[in-house]
Amino acid sequence: MTDPLSTAQLYLDGITVSFDGFKALNALSLVIEPGELRTIIGPNGAGKTTMMDVITGKTRPDSGTAMFEGRHDLTRLDEPTIANLGIGRKFQKPTVFENLTVEENLELALKDDRRIRHTLFRRLDEEQEAKLERVLAQVGLMRRRTELAGLLSHGQKQWLEIGMLLVHDPRLILLDEPVAGMTDAETAATADLITRLARDRTIVVVEHDMVFVRSLGAKVTVLHEGSVLAEGSIDAVQNHPRVIEVYLGR
Amino acid sequence: MMRRTPLLTGSGWLVFLAAMLVAAVLIPVLATLPPPDSMFRLPAYLVPLFGKYLCYAILALALDLIWGYAGILSLGHGAFFALGGYAMGMYLMRQIGTRGVYGDPILPDFMVFLNWRELPFAWWGFHNFAYAAFMALAVPGALAALFGWFAFRSRVTGVYLSIITQAMTYALLLAFFRNDMGFGGNNGLTDFKEILGYEVQAPSTRLGLYVITAVALGLSFLVCRFVVTTRFGRLLLALRDAESRVRFIGYSTTGAKLFVFVLSALLCGLAGALYVPQVGIINPSEFQPGNSIEVAIWVAVGGRGTLVGAILGALVVNFVKTWLTGAAPELWLFALGALFIVVTLAMPNGILGLVAQAKQWRRTPTAPVAETVHD
Ligand SMILES: Nc1ncnc2c1ncn2[C@@H]1O[C@H](COP(=O)(O)OP(=O)(O)OP(=O)(O)O)[C@@H](O)[C@H]1O
Ligand SMILES: [Mg+2]
Repeated sequence: MTDPLSTAQLYLDGITVSFDGFKALNALSLVIEPGELRTIIGPNGAGKTTMMDVITGKTRPDSGTAMFEGRHDLTRLDEPTIANLGIGRKFQKPTVFENLTVEENLELALKDDRRIRHTLFRRLDEEQEAKLERVLAQVGLMRRRTELAGLLSHGQKQWLEIGMLLVHDPRLILLDEPVAGMTDAETAATADLITRLARDRTIVVVEHDMVFVRSLGAKVTVLHEGSVLAEGSIDAVQNHPRVIEVYLGR
Repeated sequence: MMRRTPLLTGSGWLVFLAAMLVAAVLIPVLATLPPPDSMFRLPAYLVPLFGKYLCYAILALALDLIWGYAGILSLGHGAFFALGGYAMGMYLMRQIGTRGVYGDPILPDFMVFLNWRELPFAWWGFHNFAYAAFMALAVPGALAALFGWFAFRSRVTGVYLSIITQAMTYALLLAFFRNDMGFGGNNGLTDFKEILGYEVQAPSTRLGLYVITAVALGLSFLVCRFVVTTRFGRLLLALRDAESRVRFIGYSTTGAKLFVFVLSALLCGLAGALYVPQVGIINPSEFQPGNSIEVAIWVAVGGRGTLVGAILGALVVNFVKTWLTGAAPELWLFALGALFIVVTLAMPNGILGLVAQAKQWRRTPTAPVAETVHD
């Protein structure tokens, strides 16, 4: 066995973040293996979003290690750099560009030269067009591609946002509450989408919806007051006495 | 394949060419060919007036590019316009030569009056038209680059940006009022005689300037239209609506905003440079904060974020202004205020918005059918 620090896709160890003395994350340790699909649950305020903030460079931890693929120290890099390393994140509150069409949203998110000259004079090449089509099909928005994103349903906006991550070819995807506010049918479709995407990427999903978490069938980590309370299969976790106490105690 | 927005659609080109034909060919023909007493003859005094409107239209276009598309409401665009105008005015002053009241071959009259012995550095080279034309663009462009760099880098947006652009134009107003600035103080620059060897006041020169302005407006429109139909244009819309998100997907929003802001200022400089020989004067009042606010009203009236609306708004409001200031001058400011209120409350997308609404209303019965077929 080699050291998880160098083989893990994502390695967090002893991460502490405090806001005015309040510890949002308290010596949090978490290891995500390459290709893994992991769900993270926990009561409100457990620190799930803050953990994503640390991974994506939005928040600097007070102490601890955060390594990506054993090589990149995430505590030292800024947001665009981390995004370009291959970590894509969908925020809790979805934002798509409502006045652009579905395909134009994806076009802007595509991995490409971001300089002004390029955006003024260059069009997508065949390979990029093909990728755009592939992602449109993956997130099920092919038929709505020329519609304004603002006209999509809430669920479709979430999918578009996932699509905007995908065109950037991330190796690690972080999804913060991807099914919040979705209908049951949309939730089921999203579970399906995530399971398919997980075949060739590492994905971390934060979610409250237990039906959804169960349908993903992945390993579950329970966060509570900024650190890991339990880890294991959904059944093991749901029968864990401390987990029951934390959820019922509220 | 991704759907492309063309520079102009087929019917768009037709409208464009028709408008150019009217502005750049029909009006000059009507101003020259029909006999002077014919009812078709366009009175000579209207030519520079129309030319002035077209300059305003370029200015409105410039503001719409950054306000309508990038969400940057500059209330200081009058300053870039005035700077372009001053650059051209300085050229025209130097052309006066010995024909001035004091007959000094180098120094403009106001400098002789102030007992200045030498031409200030800022005036060097302005006897050369090419240099003056370059400065008419370069000075507004450089000011916009400097101002924009500080403002956008510090992430000044929204109403704060509007306020500091007002402060910028006001500061320039005060500066240009001062005699020792060397730009003619209160009186500004006037009494022009010649431009490129042609007499400024001659009807033929005025007609020429008018046609050049019409062509410049057409080209400016195409440039703006090109910018907004590229991926860069879509980036502007995206950052207008959700700037932090754009940053998060890896674009430098500072760079993008700076680029359109400078481009917009260059168009203002062009408009100002064309304006001055046609109206025959440039003075510090062009820097008045109110002027810049008026430009925003033109754009709002026409419909922001459409380019065509900006042109339309500038023309309509200024025609009304000319007519009203002739008929009942004391009413103009009230009319302008009322217009602004009506537009913001009742027609948020301006005249073009009304047109689009009317079209939609006519089309409604068939629209749902088309949708079910596609889905
Ligand atoms: N910028 C901040 N300043 C102060 N406190 C913060 C800040 N960000 C988060 N917190 C606090 O840290 C704790 C963890 O917040 P976090 O958003 O990570 O929770 P979460 O697990 O994502 O909760 P939810 O399920 O409600 O999204 C909360 O008590 C929150 O109030
Ligand atoms: Mg959260």
